[in-house]
Amino acid sequence: MFILREIVMVAMASIRANALRSGLTTLGIVIGTAAVITMVALGEGAQRQVQEQIENMGTNILTVRPGQGFFRGVASGSRRLEEDDALALRDQIGHVYEIAPEIESRYQVTYARSNSSNSIVGTWPSFFSLYNHELEHGRFFDEGEVQGRRRVAVLGSNVPDDLETPGGLLVGRTIQIRGIPFEVIGVLREKGGAMWMQPDDQIFIPLSTAMYRVMGGRDRLRSIYVAAPSPDELDPAWAEIDRVIRREHRILPTEEADFSIQQSSDILETFNETTQTFSLLLAGIAGVSLLVGGIGIMNIMLVSVTERTREIGVRKALGATRKTILFQFLVEALVLCVLGGILGVAGGFGAAELITRLYGSSTAVAAEAVAVALGFSAAIGLFFGIWPARRASILDPIDALRYE
Amino acid sequence: MRNRGRRGQNGSNSETNGVVIHTEDLRKYYILGAETVRAVRGVDLEVKRGEFVAIMGPSGSGKSTFMNLIGCLDTPTRGDYWLNGRKVSELSDDQLARVRNRDIGFVFQTFNLLPRATALHNVELPLIYAGVSSRERRKRAEEKLTLVGLADRMDHRPPELSGGQRQRVAIARALVNDPALLLADEPTGNLDSRTTMEIVEMLATLNQAGQTIVLVTHESDIAAWASRQIHLNDGLVERDFENEGKVN
Repeated sequence: MFILREIVMVAMASIRANALRSGLTTLGIVIGTAAVITMVALGEGAQRQVQEQIENMGTNILTVRPGQGFFRGVASGSRRLEEDDALALRDQIGHVYEIAPEIESRYQVTYARSNSSNSIVGTWPSFFSLYNHELEHGRFFDEGEVQGRRRVAVLGSNVPDDLETPGGLLVGRTIQIRGIPFEVIGVLREKGGAMWMQPDDQIFIPLSTAMYRVMGGRDRLRSIYVAAPSPDELDPAWAEIDRVIRREHRILPTEEADFSIQQSSDILETFNETTQTFSLLLAGIAGVSLLVGGIGIMNIMLVSVTERTREIGVRKALGATRKTILFQFLVEALVLCVLGGILGVAGGFGAAELITRLYGSSTAVAAEAVAVALGFSAAIGLFFGIWPARRASILDPIDALRYE
Repeated sequence: MRNRGRRGQNGSNSETNGVVIHTEDLRKYYILGAETVRAVRGVDLEVKRGEFVAIMGPSGSGKSTFMNLIGCLDTPTRGDYWLNGRKVSELSDDQLARVRNRDIGFVFQTFNLLPRATALHNVELPLIYAGVSSRERRKRAEEKLTLVGLADRMDHRPPELSGGQRQRVAIARALVNDPALLLADEPTGNLDSRTTMEIVEMLATLNQAGQTIVLVTHESDIAAWASRQIHLNDGLVERDFENEGKVN
């Protein structure tokens, strides 16, 4: 339609003629949209990061942790989780699931003139396959070395850096853990971590060695990991673990357990809930600023209609219908808002990128967020543009022509 | 200046019998507070194709209201109005907009050009609302601007033109849709005496080429150019006569 082209051209010309005013007005929309995009990007990024971490750590793993025990309604202190529990699990359900207990403490580690403080993990060889660890150098320890309480150590990928020696050179050498000499037999490939687990910084030694030679007879496990063959089999695995440990601890199915079984997706869910509330709140605040921007648009459109009363009169006298005038001002508001929306999306991308660079928090701008932001700013243009446009369209041509 | 065709289309409509304006008992009342202002109190009028009519009257005579009615900018309280054979007194706002677009060309005292648009674009404006393609629009607008002697000023904006030139752009705009009626409301009110003559002469020439013109004025020496004078007073036609001493 020829009229449509004229309408768009008139809208653009009017925006250009009042460039400063249009720019300042649009700024409200730009900032609002940018804020929405940035906030959503932050939330989305955090969520994705956690998701990735969990996938990296394995989605098919259950973690058994000691919990509070209750006796006649009174908390009786933290109950233990012992190697026997892990053994019972291995005996009874080990043919289906992979089991690995873990004991952990932080000690000083020295090699040559370097020393560092590292998390020392005592475990079974199954730990490595359970978490899909791969070797950069050397080998894992084996069942025999666990039985023999051998002083052998497998290093996380960052440990050689801590000891200022290349990983390849460390294999076969002796390091001191809490002053106790250990032979380095392997160095793991980099794994990446999750916020609650940093295997790259840890040193892995046989469970028995850890308990009796390093930690002085400590037998309290930090946790027992159980890997199901696939994420779909987590529920039966959960029930099996619950059954076995309850029997070990002599707890009736009706009583409260003195241990807890967690699933990595639980962590994700908890995290998602928190982030979602938080990003909803932030997006809400950003949305309010977008709304305020819309009011700015309405204000300036009303000014524009008043200023151009005479022009409206002329156009009406020359044959413009109400609809044509309505569209003309609506398109102007729409162009302002969509322009602001596009600039805002660009700004949001920029801000997200900046935040990633400055603070290292990962951000992700979802395509839907862009679509929603643009759609929302267009909707704001329509919503806040319709009233001024209507006022223009119902102006009486005689009054409008007389307007000074 | 020559009549460049196309005008025949309007006048040759057999139903109109050569009558452009026909009013019967046309009235317009306003409610102003508690009072009813009877601005036009029953006007019967007929203007034939090719006439050059001057409407005169002191302020408050109902002249402006009558002009708004004739120009389809306003609807009568009572009475009927046929423009170019079509009854327009009962049309909706949007239908009136279309009638103004197609059948009426306006020339205002204050020119009423869009200040940011070029002369050419100003003249094209009625054609845009008529839905004419841009190439055709440009051709016809250029034609009319040439007719009013502004072929070399097409790309100028109104602020860059003199008063007389602006009014000539307005006349070109009024003519661009080949209207049945050219309605000029005090077209020389804002012009000096020399440009006034220029514009009046142009209107007279257009009329000689067949254009029906209704001119609202309060200056008798301008009205003297018309072929017929209608004097309004107190909302009624006081005198309506052929102009014997017509200039030209």
